[in-house]
Amino acid sequence: MLMLQLLRKYLLPYRSLLLAVLAFQFVQTILTLLLPTINADIINNGVITGDTDYISRVGALMLGVTLIQVVFAVIAIYFGAKAAMSFGRDVRGALFRGVTAFSTADVNTFGASSLITRITNDVQQVQMLVVMICTLFVSAPIMIIGGLFFAIREDGPLSLILVVAIPALVMSVGVVVIRLIPQFEFMQVRIDRVNQVMREQITGMRVVRAFVREPEEGVRFGVANADLTETSLKAGRLQAFMFPSVMLVLNVSSVAAVWFGAARVDAGEMQIGTMIAFLTYLIQILTAVMMATFVAVMWPRAAVCAARIAEVLNTEASIHAPATPVVDLPTRGSFEMRNVSFSYAGAEEPVLNDISFRVDAGQKLAVVGSTGAGKTTLISLGPRLYDTTGGSVLIDGVDVRELDPELLWSHIGLVPQKPFLFTGTIASNLRYGRADASDDELWEALEVAQARDFVAAMPRGLDSRIAQGGTNVSGGQRQRLAIARALVKKPDVYLFDDSFSALDLATDARLRAALEPVIREAAVVIVAQRISTILDADQILVIDEGRNVGLGTHEELLETCPTYVEIVESQMAQEAA
Amino acid sequence: MTSEEEPVQEPDDDKEIKPPPLPATPFGRMGMAGVPLERSENFRGSVVRLMARLRVEGLKIGGVVALAVMSVILLVLGPKVLGSATNVIVDGVQSPTGIDFSELHRYLLFALGLYVTSAALAYTQAYVLAGVVQRTMSRMRTEVEEKLNRLPLRDVDRMPRGDLLSRVTNDIDNLAQSLQQTLSQMLTSALTIVGVMIMMITISPLLSLVAIVTIPVSLMTISFITRRSRVKFIAQWDHTGTLNAHVEEVFTGHELVKVFGRQHEVEHEFDDTNEQMFQASFGAQFISGTIQPVMMFIGNLNYVAIAVLGGLRVASGAMSLGDIQAFIQYSRQYTQPLTQLASMANLLQSGIASAERVFELLDSPEESADPQVPLFDEHPRGKVEFDHVQFSYDPKNPLIEDLSLVAEPGQTVAIVGPTGAGKTTLVNLIMRFYEIDGGAILLDGNDISKMRRRDLRSNIGMVLQDTWLFGGTIKENIAFGNLEATDEQILEAARATYVDRFVHTLAEGYETVLDDERGSVSAGEKQLLTIARAFLANPTILILDEATSSVDTRTEVLIQRAMAALRSNRTSFVIAHRLSTIRDADIILVMESGSIVEQGNHEELLAKRGAYHALYNAQFAAAAVEVA
Repeated sequence: MLMLQLLRKYLLPYRSLLLAVLAFQFVQTILTLLLPTINADIINNGVITGDTDYISRVGALMLGVTLIQVVFAVIAIYFGAKAAMSFGRDVRGALFRGVTAFSTADVNTFGASSLITRITNDVQQVQMLVVMICTLFVSAPIMIIGGLFFAIREDGPLSLILVVAIPALVMSVGVVVIRLIPQFEFMQVRIDRVNQVMREQITGMRVVRAFVREPEEGVRFGVANADLTETSLKAGRLQAFMFPSVMLVLNVSSVAAVWFGAARVDAGEMQIGTMIAFLTYLIQILTAVMMATFVAVMWPRAAVCAARIAEVLNTEASIHAPATPVVDLPTRGSFEMRNVSFSYAGAEEPVLNDISFRVDAGQKLAVVGSTGAGKTTLISLGPRLYDTTGGSVLIDGVDVRELDPELLWSHIGLVPQKPFLFTGTIASNLRYGRADASDDELWEALEVAQARDFVAAMPRGLDSRIAQGGTNVSGGQRQRLAIARALVKKPDVYLFDDSFSALDLATDARLRAALEPVIREAAVVIVAQRISTILDADQILVIDEGRNVGLGTHEELLETCPTYVEIVESQMAQEAA
Repeated sequence: MTSEEEPVQEPDDDKEIKPPPLPATPFGRMGMAGVPLERSENFRGSVVRLMARLRVEGLKIGGVVALAVMSVILLVLGPKVLGSATNVIVDGVQSPTGIDFSELHRYLLFALGLYVTSAALAYTQAYVLAGVVQRTMSRMRTEVEEKLNRLPLRDVDRMPRGDLLSRVTNDIDNLAQSLQQTLSQMLTSALTIVGVMIMMITISPLLSLVAIVTIPVSLMTISFITRRSRVKFIAQWDHTGTLNAHVEEVFTGHELVKVFGRQHEVEHEFDDTNEQMFQASFGAQFISGTIQPVMMFIGNLNYVAIAVLGGLRVASGAMSLGDIQAFIQYSRQYTQPLTQLASMANLLQSGIASAERVFELLDSPEESADPQVPLFDEHPRGKVEFDHVQFSYDPKNPLIEDLSLVAEPGQTVAIVGPTGAGKTTLVNLIMRFYEIDGGAILLDGNDISKMRRRDLRSNIGMVLQDTWLFGGTIKENIAFGNLEATDEQILEAARATYVDRFVHTLAEGYETVLDDERGSVSAGEKQLLTIARAFLANPTILILDEATSSVDTRTEVLIQRAMAALRSNRTSFVIAHRLSTIRDADIILVMESGSIVEQGNHEELLAKRGAYHALYNAQFAAAAVEVA
């Protein structure tokens, strides 16, 4: 059913193409049905009498008819292919747009690997079915109906064979199709799995090699591969049943036609010629049913794929724009959390519990806490990568959930913990947040991010290539480029998630100094490990197991917050060691 | 205090990001019109190689052929028997005794038997063939997976991940589908053509000539169309790879795409690739779709020619009516499989285009082969020497020009220096992730380039800044370091590295599956897991590259202690942020642009008042502020 919905929705814009396919296929099929008559005519009136003139004349007619038929068939294929491939393109486009609108949680629910399979492999399966429908499925029913019509007209009682044969056909095909569907459900999931294991192996290649785990990873892949092969095999073997069984039903029907036909001929109820004609039509139906079986073979997999596509398309992005979004922010540069709590879906314990703070333009809030305390989660609530489960996050005084998401994002400059870069050039990465930034602005941002020198030293400067994920620059360089990328945006609120971890202290200090004037107009939240780097923060928020255990200046916290004192002491001990 | 993760690869401006064996741009491969010669040769090569892979299943293939032959013979015989049955009826009607039903039923039961047997054979054949195809595909996937292990890292880094994945999933899937659909059909059709041809020749060699002429005409037509469709199919699967690569990258960086408001740009880019993919697949589908009607036309042409010629023969009395009728029947039976063969040949183009993409990956250059025998005993003492080592990612930008150092067994070597100095490169060279250009690296006096990589690496434990974990449980991820470890040992490693502490807060403890779904494990905790993994591996040599950069300082202090114990009797290379953590190192190497500028212990280097002194002061100043 999901398949029909999908087909209806995404083929609708191409209904004129489909109508054209129908029209051209109709004419083409009728002409095909005409050909046997002309053939017979050539034999009966030409060849038998040795009338070569007649043969040439009717032969020319026959070639004329086939020529028209070929032209019509080609046109039908043209429109059919166009409709089917446009359908595929549009579904891929819709899927991609759907996923980019998803929240991070939504993407994780499906898994990136599965989403990737769905957008290419699954769409391909449905698209091929549409091609088959356009080329075969249109003419097959015409031929079946035509054949049936003539067969029944020839001899009614003998046509009763069809009353047995057709249900037998439907059943033999139906049984296979019903058993195929669960196999294909497994199959697509297992393709996802192969994709996932392979993807992990490529991303973790260094670690796998370092630990000499190629054989074990091979086994892990082997399991995924064997599972996929097993279902493919089961599906393949079920499909293998389809053609021979269809053939058998039809051949048995023709044997039955002769068997019962003979009795009727003997009884004088029927002419031999009629029986032979009946057989001809039976064979014609046979051919058409065979063609329809082609579609039946593809149907189950396409249906499973369509359901998987629909699942994505029907998923509302869990974080979406409000009905009447706030499109204008009155004040500029403040970031506030009011009694914010958050738990991941399915988790028992909340990751954040009743967190409140407010940072105004020109102020800096530092967040410290132990590993796993919830610092990254806290940062990700700002740009609505997740929505709070309690309380609210306000930017420039407006709840982020009331804002137009585009507007929200344009006001936030995020530097994530993992400084991910995209395939392209340094310039294209820096312009990620603001496409119209000038080269000068890029250099300014690089200057502040302490990245000017190494970019300038590259032979191609801003146009130097960046590989996927930024693997061809060092960790420290990647981090500085990620900072520069956020700076180019010139946002009101900066969120730095442990963004200086790969920098040495000297660079770190220079960067912070250079950052000061740039972020003076903005509200800044910094997640940090090293207390020395955040001493000048206006406020420091100490979180422990998701709870606020201290909020104040360095001096205040030294007095009031034991956890903070512990952190400071651990670092002093380290430095003094 | 310095330290940054070293470039995995230096910016490499003069080269494409993608390595030569993979297509730089899908368009580059297609040529302007028609197929460049090289491509067609590849194409033929791909067919040959595919056949070679199928040949492994020799016996089964033989079985499939035998079954197909029998099934075709029976199918061709079927109508003959049915025809005899019809003759019985015709005779019966003309004779006064009526139809001989017992004879008729004998024929019919015989025909029924033929059809049932033929169906059974056809089913068995398709059943066996499904196995042949799927096993072959399974082997090809494994081949690709094994190939990945032999690819040089520097090439893998440049390959778009999504394109690589597309080759394993989409291309192999497409190949399987087209082989499954075409192989048995092609076989049956080819056999039918041969069978019918034999029948035709027995009737009239002269008229058979006309039919035979159809074959080269058909072949030319098939080749004309498939040459064009092939280009489109290749483009279609290339674009599928490109699209997959784009999708993979965008979905991986999903958060950033949103926060930086790049949705529209990314969609725009997607639309471009999607449109190109549409154009290619539309072209492929249309061009390949034309083959059936065109072949039918040729078939009809053949029919008319035979009819005209046959008519002449009948008129001149050279041929009997019955013969010409039979011949014409056969000529119809003959063009139908020919058309089918043509369609199959075309469908196969798509599969071969995919096969070629897989072979292309399998052909890309590999790392040098490992020697067969281990070079040294299993437990090296752990002396590491660099002897005038030269290395660069790009010959035009030499990175390490002449580097020598000696680390005695059990020593801790700390590496400090600014970004791009070559610190991570240095430790990567010990792992033999890259091959050096000159000089030698020795382990216990043996050149590591002459060792088997696994012998070398299994003696080295490495904690990278990149916290890669796979989608399994926490326990499985720790056990990755040592597969023979007992639960006790795993727990011990977890305790020593403070993994145990946070695992206890998780509902499912060590059985917690690491997926991104619930955000159950933070970046710092992942780093702890990678340390536990190395801890469990218990190697002779330990490499710690920014091992604790995302861990909070309180935990770090505790881990430092654990690691000090871990380092005590093994050679260690440490790249770390805080100079305080490496102060007690036996040797501190200060690196600048690929060379070691200073070398010595903490006191010696401070006394030198050189580069290390400057670094230390910068840190000390910061530390002083902190203490204040």
